[in-house]
Amino acid sequence: MAMTLLRVQGLCVAYGGIQAVRGIDFEVAEGELVCLIGANGAGKSSTLKGLMGLVRPQGEIWFAGERLHRLATHAIVARGLAMVPEGRGIFGRLTVAENLEMGAYLRRDRDGIRADIARAYDLFERLAERRGQLAGTLSGGEQQMLAIARAMMGRPRLLLLDEPSMGLAPLMVQKIHQTIASIASEGVTILLVEQNAHMALALSHRAYVMESGVMTLSGAAAELRGNADLRAAYLGE
Amino acid sequence: MSIPRRFSSVHAWFQARPTFALVMLAISLMALPFLVGGGLGNSWVRVLDFVLLYMLMALGLNIVVGYAGLLDLGYIAFYAIGAYVYAWLASPHFGLHLPFWMVLPIGAAIAGVFGVLLGAPTLRLRGDYLAIVTLGFGEIIRIFMNNLNAPFNLTNGPQGINLIDPIGIGGFSFGKPFVLFGQTWPPTYLYYYLFLAFTLLFIVIAMRLQDSRVGRAWAAVREDEVAAAAMGINTRNVKLLAFAMGATFGGLAGGLFSAFQGFISPESFTLWESILVLCMIVLGGMGNIPGVILGAILLTVIPEALRYLGDMQRAAFGQVIVDPADLRMLLFGFALVAMMLFRPAGLLPSRVRKREFAARDGAREQEQSDLYDARA
Repeated sequence: MAMTLLRVQGLCVAYGGIQAVRGIDFEVAEGELVCLIGANGAGKSSTLKGLMGLVRPQGEIWFAGERLHRLATHAIVARGLAMVPEGRGIFGRLTVAENLEMGAYLRRDRDGIRADIARAYDLFERLAERRGQLAGTLSGGEQQMLAIARAMMGRPRLLLLDEPSMGLAPLMVQKIHQTIASIASEGVTILLVEQNAHMALALSHRAYVMESGVMTLSGAAAELRGNADLRAAYLGE
Repeated sequence: MSIPRRFSSVHAWFQARPTFALVMLAISLMALPFLVGGGLGNSWVRVLDFVLLYMLMALGLNIVVGYAGLLDLGYIAFYAIGAYVYAWLASPHFGLHLPFWMVLPIGAAIAGVFGVLLGAPTLRLRGDYLAIVTLGFGEIIRIFMNNLNAPFNLTNGPQGINLIDPIGIGGFSFGKPFVLFGQTWPPTYLYYYLFLAFTLLFIVIAMRLQDSRVGRAWAAVREDEVAAAAMGINTRNVKLLAFAMGATFGGLAGGLFSAFQGFISPESFTLWESILVLCMIVLGGMGNIPGVILGAILLTVIPEALRYLGDMQRAAFGQVIVDPADLRMLLFGFALVAMMLFRPAGLLPSRVRKREFAARDGAREQEQSDLYDARA
């Protein structure tokens, strides 16, 4: 059994009086691809925001044996977490190349950064073609790729993806799907948040299902794909 | 294109001879007050000094607004703080007469601290909300200066502080006329060179900042704060640093103003001044140093030049029909509207702004051709 990289216990996230996440527990092991699926408003994105310190969470978050609780976002990033935010959050008025460089903000190894940018261009040919173009002028799918490539520039130990398939054409969803699979095959640990349960379950090792701020199901992804309740709820059957 | 085509060959010629261009620029800058003073009269050398003071302020505000994207409508407050600190430490008001090389840095540092004091409670605010708070801050400082003559006379209220020490080194004072080439020149000439030195220093600092790690962090915060944090940028510190840097520039400029004028009162630090400095940046080209410089020149020189219209009217009609001061506001409005229509990114736009507007046009063309395809 691989080492547990992320362990979350009793995580609560609240916005004023509204409880978005009501005490959830989950784990991600090193090298694993775990997905968190659920309907709109189930608390998936809030969970990620809580992990990244973008909202102030309650409960215990342990990452690689260290408590992340109450750390500021930049300090959490420095410890090896990277997030591709919902809606991508690219820097629209900077070029593709500048966006990638910004992803390596905390790194000081110039040669390593240059090598990683070259690798990103290998992985995403479209980005290489458009390296001098303003990121805001890219299509939605290209922006998503840029956001993923930019997050990878920080060489994270755990990559958090918030609905990477949202608002994309089916072909692009496939492309993103392949990208996530290839990043995972390189040994990067991934926590994938998705509404697209089909895609998420096909990619993942394990899955958690969230509903109204609590975990309702968890297990191996292959198992959950056969689960009748889940099929009824999310796969439209 | 930042340089119109008909100038581009001249530009290229100078670009091929950088040393020559630099020497020419240095000579013209050195000769400028004598040319201006000889051609237009000594009062215009004073205008030149104010051009440089506004340039200092515009460069400082550009760090806050242009680099970090934090809209600050109360920037003049830092200028006021720098000016008052200078007056307190070098005038008969408290009987203190510290040398300028102590007073200027103290004023700049105190202004910087006030920058952080303004920045800290406004960290969560953006855009319009930040603008309103900063506007209020500017007014608070001015009103304090206006009223802090009782119970303890700190600012001497609306009367202001008089007889402020000029800048001087040893026995040499910038405040006295000096003799050169057998002629006596007013102090405005000496101050020109002092302000020019500070302006060049500010330009170098601003350029270095833009290309630095902090400069990149400011750009990220300006574009998307959440994403910037997700890159590992300490957004709180980076924003506070922008406020502090801008305020320090403003405070230093204020100290120079205080020494130059010899007299300050709250009247010099109104909201209008904050807006004027912001307009310099917007008109010239936000985030771009040459643009900011051009903006400061235009918006200081043009109002002064308009004063002649009063004399011209008197000569032509025997009376002043349109007050030049009113005309100033009218032209100001026209200039800003025309700029937004024809050069929305500013007269000399920054690389980023230029690209942004070009991209918008590109996207519009793309859309139109897509529509055409759909119809066809």
